[in-house]
Amino acid sequence: MKILVTVKRVVDPYAKVKPLADGSGIDTTGVKFDINPFDEIAVEEAVRQKEKNADIEIVAVSIGPAECEEQLRKALAMGADKAIHVETNDPLDSSVVAAELAEIVKQEEPRVIFMGKQATDNDHNQAGQILAAKLDWPQATFASNIEFDGDRVNVTRETDTGEETLSMPLPAIITTDLRLNEPRYIALPGIIKARSKPLEKQERKTDVQPKTTVLKLELPPERPAGRKVESVDELISALKDRGVIE
Amino acid sequence: MSRVLIVCFDRADSLAAIGFGQASGKPFDILQLTQSAAEGTGAEKIYSLGLPTFPPADYLANALSDFAKEYTWIAGVSNMRSKDVLARLAGKLDCAMVTDVLSIESEDTFTRPIVAGAIIATVQVHATPVVLTFRTSGFKAQPTDKASEVIEHKFDWQGVTKRLSENSRGGGRPDLAQAKVVVSGGRPLKDTETFEKVIGGLADKLGGAVGATRAAVDSGIAANELQVGQTGKIVAPDLYIAAGISGSTQHMAGIKDSKVIVAINTDPDAPIFDVADYGLVQDLFEAVPELTDKL
Ligand SMILES: Cc1cc2nc3c(=O)[nH]c(=O)nc-3n(C[C@H](O)[C@H](O)[C@H](O)COP(=O)(O)OP(=O)(O)OC[C@H]3O[C@@H](n4cnc5c(N)ncnc54)[C@H](O)[C@@H]3O)c2cc1C
Repeated sequence: MKILVTVKRVVDPYAKVKPLADGSGIDTTGVKFDINPFDEIAVEEAVRQKEKNADIEIVAVSIGPAECEEQLRKALAMGADKAIHVETNDPLDSSVVAAELAEIVKQEEPRVIFMGKQATDNDHNQAGQILAAKLDWPQATFASNIEFDGDRVNVTRETDTGEETLSMPLPAIITTDLRLNEPRYIALPGIIKARSKPLEKQERKTDVQPKTTVLKLELPPERPAGRKVESVDELISALKDRGVIE
Repeated sequence: MSRVLIVCFDRADSLAAIGFGQASGKPFDILQLTQSAAEGTGAEKIYSLGLPTFPPADYLANALSDFAKEYTWIAGVSNMRSKDVLARLAGKLDCAMVTDVLSIESEDTFTRPIVAGAIIATVQVHATPVVLTFRTSGFKAQPTDKASEVIEHKFDWQGVTKRLSENSRGGGRPDLAQAKVVVSGGRPLKDTETFEKVIGGLADKLGGAVGATRAAVDSGIAANELQVGQTGKIVAPDLYIAAGISGSTQHMAGIKDSKVIVAINTDPDAPIFDVADYGLVQDLFEAVPELTDKL
């Protein structure tokens, strides 16, 4: 069984980022990049499934500029068998990404696709669902547990009010949430060792154009500075003055 | 004629839909999946399905793709179920989607937060229809007495996903995303009982909802649906009380629209104090019970 996992290169989720002065993009000076944390969970899950079932082959795919190779190398070091890099500097939105991934799916014929539920740069939460619609495959988003069961997969997913378990026939798309697993730590030597694993470069296969354009980026309005209070009593009277408690 | 469809999964969604419908400046209809829509939404038509529970995303997106075609904007409240279903719908309709809309700038331009709310992006879409999910805090409702035509509606369901089980918690407290008061706790709360006693106790005294950080959820102290932040729920209450929460960007992303933020933390340098309106440097195990007692 082949599992396709997607790997997006994003700005370090723990870095403080700001827009460029002209608002045309994110100021990435001095900022590190990493695998989108949710994609890292997707890779980890694929590797854990493979540890249970040696028949699994894991293909990691990334779409974007030359530097995405770093994130693919990390996915290989975590345990992916092969990586595909669709190298492009084109502007991408979720619909372009889904269109390109659909081409990779034709080529690789995976039984299941693991994707992060959202990328922590654009925070969209769209690509997995759009791809699922394009392929007409069932989907389970916000996954917190995945179990294969013959021709089906059972996924426990988080919901607004709790959780539910879905059973889907394969092929299917699953997007990962934080509780699914905790990705293993990969030290630098591991990444270097993974250099012998195959990483294929490809060109884009569609000419799908983005359906959205980001016109500008700006800082959000700042909250006015607050003050410290010395005691619970002072807090209560301050809140009464603001009219938020009686 | 441009027209908006707002997909409402339950009654709370229909309440949140009012402000967005009004802000759209367009006539709007509601598709009400479960329960009944709130009174006074200002919608022209309410298509009511009266389902006991909503089916999985493949069924819903299939049914909606035909129904929604005639609309200029197809929108839903920015919650997990809308993101699940409406993004799939956007794929089926091969149309643009904007998630987490904060404001409507024009017919084709919207603002939305990115990188955990550190940046606000202005986004233009290039064609209609457009699928949108919106943050409720930006769309306050004006009272209306416009009557809606309620139409019983049925779909022809098609899909392959089976739901094996469903576990809905809730515990009688107000919905986190809509609550006027939210009391949240972080990592130091130790265990479920302590969390429930300390944080739940204050929330109940204030008639509020309970929230948590990812650290609290991850260590099993609080249920996953209580997580507030970039990748959890977005809240915008009149009063947000954060007890034992450091104030990570990811957590702040979910609470910035609160009217008044209170932080209780033993560390005077915790980043939460930079955004809190009122900060109390004290042990939460003393301060929170005292607050609960004195209210
Ligand atoms: C991709 C990604 C997404 C994330 N999404 C979210 C999200 O949606 N929501 C979220 O919350 N986090 C999220 N996080 C995690 C986030 O980065 C932080 O790790 C988390 O918010 C920290 O939770 P905390 O404040 O409870 O814990 P800590 O950071 O450990 O803070 C605990 C605080 O409690 C104080 N304290 C300790 N004891 C006491 C006491 N007795 N009385 C009073 N104060 C005390 C300490 O001084 C400290 O400030 C995400 C992270 C990533 C990478």
